[in-house]
Amino acid sequence: MSSTRLFRAVARLPLSGKIGLVLVIFWIVIAAIGPFIAPYPPGSFSNQEVFSESSSEFWLGSDYLGRDVLSRLLSGARFTVGLSAVAVAIAASIGTGFALMAAVGPHWVDELLSRAMDTLISIPSKIFALVLVAAFGSSLILLTVIIAITYVPGNFRIARSLAVGLARLDYVEVARARGEGRLHLALVEVLPNMIRPLCADIGLRFVFIVLLLSGLSFLGLGLQPPDADLGSLVRENTSGLAEGALAIIAPAVAIASLTVGVNLLIDAATQGKAR
Amino acid sequence: MNPAPHVAVRNLSVTVRAPDGSPLRIVDDVSFTIQRGEVMALIGESGSGKTTIALSLLGYARSGAKISGAITVGKASFGGAGQATLAAQRGNRITYVAQSAAAAFNPSRRVIEQVIEPALIHGTASAAEARKHSMALFEALALPNPETIGSRYPHELSGGQLQRLMAAMALITRPDLVIFDEPTTALDVTTQVEVLQAFRKVVREQGATGVYVSHDLAVVAQMADQILVLNRGKVREQNSVKAVLETPSDDYTQTLLAAAQPVIKAAVPTVAPTAVGAAPLLSIEGIHAGYGAIDRNGCAAHPVLTDVSLHIGRGAAVGVIGESGSGKSTVARVVAGLLAPTAGTVSLDGEPLAASLNRRTREQLRRIQIVFQNADIALNPAHSVGEILGRVLRFYHGSSSHQARQRIAELLDLIRLPAGIADRRCDELSGGQKQRVNLARALAANPDVILCDEVTSALDTVVREAILELLAELRRDLGVAYLFISHDIATVKALCDEIVVLYKGTRVESGLRDSYAAPPFHPYTDLLISSVPELRTDWLSSVGPQASARFAHMHESAALCRFVPRCPVAVAGRCDVTPPPHRAMTAGNTVLCHRTESELTGS
Amino acid sequence: MSAASPASRWRGPLQLVAKRIGLAFVTLGLVSAVIFTISGLLPGDAAQELLGQGATPEQIAALRSEMGLDRPALVRYFGWLRGIVIGDPGKSLVANMPVADIISERLPNTLVLAGLTTLFAVPIAFLVGIWSAVTRGHAADRALNIMTLAMVALPEFLVATIAVLVFSVKLLWLPSITIVPQDPTLVEFLRAYAMPVMVLGVGVIAQLGRMIRAAIIAELDRPYVEMAVLKGVSQPRLIFRHVLPNAVGPIVNAMALSLSYLFGGAIIVETIFSYPGLASLMVNAVTSRDMPLLQACAMLFCATYLFLVLIADTVAILANPRLRQG
Ligand SMILES: Nc1ncnc2c1ncn2[C@@H]1O[C@H](COP(=O)(O)OP(=O)(O)O)[C@@H](O)[C@H]1O
Ligand code: SF4
Ligand SMILES: [Mg+2]
Repeated sequence: MSSTRLFRAVARLPLSGKIGLVLVIFWIVIAAIGPFIAPYPPGSFSNQEVFSESSSEFWLGSDYLGRDVLSRLLSGARFTVGLSAVAVAIAASIGTGFALMAAVGPHWVDELLSRAMDTLISIPSKIFALVLVAAFGSSLILLTVIIAITYVPGNFRIARSLAVGLARLDYVEVARARGEGRLHLALVEVLPNMIRPLCADIGLRFVFIVLLLSGLSFLGLGLQPPDADLGSLVRENTSGLAEGALAIIAPAVAIASLTVGVNLLIDAATQGKAR
Repeated sequence: MNPAPHVAVRNLSVTVRAPDGSPLRIVDDVSFTIQRGEVMALIGESGSGKTTIALSLLGYARSGAKISGAITVGKASFGGAGQATLAAQRGNRITYVAQSAAAAFNPSRRVIEQVIEPALIHGTASAAEARKHSMALFEALALPNPETIGSRYPHELSGGQLQRLMAAMALITRPDLVIFDEPTTALDVTTQVEVLQAFRKVVREQGATGVYVSHDLAVVAQMADQILVLNRGKVREQNSVKAVLETPSDDYTQTLLAAAQPVIKAAVPTVAPTAVGAAPLLSIEGIHAGYGAIDRNGCAAHPVLTDVSLHIGRGAAVGVIGESGSGKSTVARVVAGLLAPTAGTVSLDGEPLAASLNRRTREQLRRIQIVFQNADIALNPAHSVGEILGRVLRFYHGSSSHQARQRIAELLDLIRLPAGIADRRCDELSGGQKQRVNLARALAANPDVILCDEVTSALDTVVREAILELLAELRRDLGVAYLFISHDIATVKALCDEIVVLYKGTRVESGLRDSYAAPPFHPYTDLLISSVPELRTDWLSSVGPQASARFAHMHESAALCRFVPRCPVAVAGRCDVTPPPHRAMTAGNTVLCHRTESELTGS
Repeated sequence: MSAASPASRWRGPLQLVAKRIGLAFVTLGLVSAVIFTISGLLPGDAAQELLGQGATPEQIAALRSEMGLDRPALVRYFGWLRGIVIGDPGKSLVANMPVADIISERLPNTLVLAGLTTLFAVPIAFLVGIWSAVTRGHAADRALNIMTLAMVALPEFLVATIAVLVFSVKLLWLPSITIVPQDPTLVEFLRAYAMPVMVLGVGVIAQLGRMIRAAIIAELDRPYVEMAVLKGVSQPRLIFRHVLPNAVGPIVNAMALSLSYLFGGAIIVETIFSYPGLASLMVNAVTSRDMPLLQACAMLFCATYLFLVLIADTVAILANPRLRQG
């Protein structure tokens, strides 16, 4: 029953949305199985030639050290997708959790949280991330936490306005008048009605996170070697830019296809609902 | 022989796409004609296609809608087969007055610019002429300060004023056809009379042809010559007003007429006021309440209720009426514990209740249930009907899931809904069904008293009558008491034994239903009762112009009678100096007024 | 009912604006505390770090007292804040010169780049936004929507890479590094700036264009627009006289966001084109962990952001009769 509904929803998506969906599924699959289908270990110097063209052995050619670009891409994609997904999950849990507290809690909780988040949101997210990286460095875990923290205020702002709007509705008032506790109000009455719009916000935030993470890695401030995400791959191979090497184009296009795919899907899904 | 009709509509159909993509006819093969200088009313429930037909006379279809059929207005036709298209006549020869003027005015532009804009863009007058004409119209529409009112912004004006300004905008080009789309639906009754009187005067003076869209037969009876009754996009009956009111031929029209004067069959004999000494079921004593921060003196930043008291006996039904913003809902919120009063007490069976929710016991909460006006937002769309009712049963009665299922079936039977509805989500139900579920949720608690806040106001007349009937039956069979809040005195009179009138948060009158049949009334009650349109064509003429208030220049004050600025019988030296007393009348009602019983009876 | 006198008519909005200004300063104060806490207090001992593992405890202690690190946190914070306020945020640990000098050398470059990009991108963004709003749902809007949607999601280094490949590597039209010559002719000047402006512009056009579209469409769905159509108002008049005045608030807000992005967010672009602006300066400060410089840059960006948002708020208040009248 629900699978046919899902199927129908997918069938109703416009072409751009279907393309987006295919791209998103593609990258989720790659992130899951990428390392297992990689032809070479990502760190091995498997090719004598650097910046080689595409060939039957090296589909995406080799990089500035002669490593297989495809293999490195497959493992880089796992870092990019995985780390961003974890970060967005943390950011959304904290942001939405706070938002629910602000919506059903006493007034001062809302005041306090909103004041704090307003302060944090006045620090542009890239700047905030840079300050945090400068202060704490960027190990894998720290980087995830830093990026998550950077996007908490944005998620809070959206989720709070949704939650406060919903908490004013009569069905929440009725539950309140019945004597229901705050946890029930937040989780049973308010949260289920936020999920749809929140999904769109989380998707967009995932895109921002992918862009921020690869930007940081591109600047050398993100993931540190030997780990490499897609942004690191672009950075490593900047010397190939003048020749237009696949080693620099492929990871950049990979990021773009991921972010554009998510954006297309969200846009199609939200418009379909509005119409 | 009649001249050619000014408006001719033949086989008009309008089609939209239903949510599932299939075509849906919202107007189905409608034909009618209007003679020049006549007013035709389109009447029907919401969703019957009234507005869609009105808009198609302007050659306009809301996005996604397709018009087919032939429409001519004067020399213009829909497809342009005459000399012009209808669309080219918009705002010039054919004009429109929208339902909610408050939303239909551009908030960032001065009113006068918007009023004269049609004349300027269609070149029917110079700016100076248009301004002069607009002032004449403002005057004719009985707007205050006709010279300066135009320089205000929409948010500075009241709904009734905006509605009249919008009529001026529609008349500024001296059009051949004016379309009024539910122009008074959003207004309070007392304002509605003034606006209707103003409209009728200008329409007559200008000799304009009109289309008047409304769901209210009594209003239409005042404004129109002909009536077209619509139901689900189809014409049910078309005839002169007199014929429709006196000898309706269609059974749907008869239903509409019957629903306009609700008579409740399951009426309960009036419950006698609680005997002296015995505590009433619920009593509210000297409540003051408001919104916003509470200052040092214990007053809210936006005070709403001042010294409101009322009592509800076991199984009684007490009605609260008043215009919007008079604090009716606030009373319900205070009783339910959703809003802590700044002073006063609410007691249940003589036992005072804590001001705020979390200090009331679950048992106390169970005994008082609240039902809100708008069932669309009163039922959580994420849950099924069964889950919503089941939660109440588990919460108050600790029912097992088996017990709950049985009780849900009983409850659904009680409110006359099929048992299968338990598995449906609320957004799949109709408005009337939702309101029934809304009631069932309150009933699930087995309450002693239900606070009904405008529970019938958002419903169409026919559905409203059914819900009122249901409420009366439930009271008869279960002995539950109601605090029934409404802005509509006819509804309250139909259901309640006792009625309290609120004006700006003060209780100006209270008494048994019968005391509202004839004077003495509080002057505001009097205005309220005389403002309700009656189902006869000469009602509006018989009302006469509203007597002018002698203290209209005064500001409303908490220290005096709040009605002073509007009161036609205010007494100099008393009403503008000291607060009025509560006076007991011989009919048993109490009135908050300086005037004595004999004075009030005479007025 | 009485008409307000001219002086009192302005009192409401002025009070409102004054309140916003006060609020902006409070926020900036809180922001400074956050930044100082993160970068100055939490990361541990800067003296230890400067001297490395081999330093003796005495050396470290000496440097600590020289740098003032042995003072209580609150004293250090207010000392630092005072420096920021009077325009002397201390000395760079790496370049060993006053932070103020470094910043004032870079600031003009950033302003030129931001200014040029604004001139280039904002008018196009308005065109895109208005055009797709009025053709909502039709082919033009759908095409623009997909384009801007993709442009928003493209990483800047991909756009930059493609631009370099096309214009420098293949066509040899433009330099791949932005070096502005002394006393340039107009052509030299434009050639030097063409690529960074283009790359930054892509993002701004897409982002701002989408927000303008959204702001206009939100208005188009309001009942007064239908009323205007039924009055026979023409399409251009509808957009420019009826809709845009009501959409001023969200549009200026979107512009403030875009401009603040140009001021401090051009990190990737400045780095790729080796352009000596403030954003790349901040990246250098992060790489070299030059905290005084980093803190000053961060405060500058936050202050600019708050300032731009404040301007946008003020414009929105003045454009809205309801707020204007208090
Ligand atoms: N949550 C609120 N905050 C501030 N003012 C409110 C709130 N709810 C209602 N009011 C104000 O209280 C007054 C009375 O409202 P209400 O009790 O809803 O009246 P009614 O039900 O008679 O329409 C109105 O002026 C309204 O604007
Ligand atoms: S007290 Fe005076 S002003 Fe108030 S209702 Fe009575 S007569 Fe009118
Ligand atoms: Mg109400």
